[in-house]
Amino acid sequence: MKMELIQPFINAADAVLSQGLESPVTIENLSMEQEAYRRKGVAATIALTGEIEGRVIFDLAPESAARIASRFAGSELPESDALVRETVCELANQVIGNAVSSLNDQGFRFRVHPPELHTSADGPRSTEDTEALVLSFDTSSGTVFVNIALRYQPDLASAASAGGTPSLAG
Amino acid sequence: MEQFPAVKRSKDGQPIQYLIVDDSVFARKNLGRIIDSFGGKVAGEAGDGLTAITEYERLKPDIVLMDITMPQMEGIEAAEKIVQKDPHARVVMVSSVGYQENIVAALQRGARHFVQKPVKPEVLYEVIKYVLGEDGVAAGATGAGV
Repeated sequence: MKMELIQPFINAADAVLSQGLESPVTIENLSMEQEAYRRKGVAATIALTGEIEGRVIFDLAPESAARIASRFAGSELPESDALVRETVCELANQVIGNAVSSLNDQGFRFRVHPPELHTSADGPRSTEDTEALVLSFDTSSGTVFVNIALRYQPDLASAASAGGTPSLAG
Repeated sequence: MEQFPAVKRSKDGQPIQYLIVDDSVFARKNLGRIIDSFGGKVAGEAGDGLTAITEYERLKPDIVLMDITMPQMEGIEAAEKIVQKDPHARVVMVSSVGYQENIVAALQRGARHFVQKPVKPEVLYEVIKYVLGEDGVAAGATGAGV
């Protein structure tokens, strides 16, 4: 996986979480994974298609999700509240939106699909050329896991530069 | 949340009326809280571009805050349709996807401004004042305009 595809996600997660929670965020752990993804709690998956293809999963333990959603909502929310799941989806949207803005301005062309709530315990297995990078961010309200499995498709990139592939918006 | 000097309509001194368009309930709630801190009023909400068009017709808000990526009809297309029907409509795009291509497309199709998520209240406040121009006045400001 190309590191220049990953850095914008790290920067965006840091910016969105530290701004929203009004406290510093640190990367607690970073590892490569080829196993099927196992959900920690409330997870949102966002798919990317185009020159960069794959998916990003934004995942929080239920109690962390409730704490973070409560912080954003300004009132205490139970773990079961629909707004907790909404918050996870919207945070994923913001982190990924900020990251793809940066990648797009670097010349990568791809489409971002709306977030989907990830409900099964197992996610799609990573393949050899799309191994997943798993990042855990330590926040004042709990740990946020970001699982990134992206593949750069140079064939599509050269077709696009030759005018063969339409530019896609996120 | 920080409170800002209330922005009112110059013509009648009433609070600015907003239509919030976003498919995320969380995002709408968050924007609603920010608008409240500006002394504004949420006239209505919509979760997609199509509903936004009908709600704009019905409510005639002073400002529309419009997300981009939404089901049924995306925000840029909805903004264009609203502005085609009412060239005076003030649509501000509010999206996490803020790359140049998208911003230019939104502005070319009638949006007045663009704010990237996560929304910083102080940034949105300045954008609202700019977009309202002389049609808005902030509490404590002298003369017309903001």
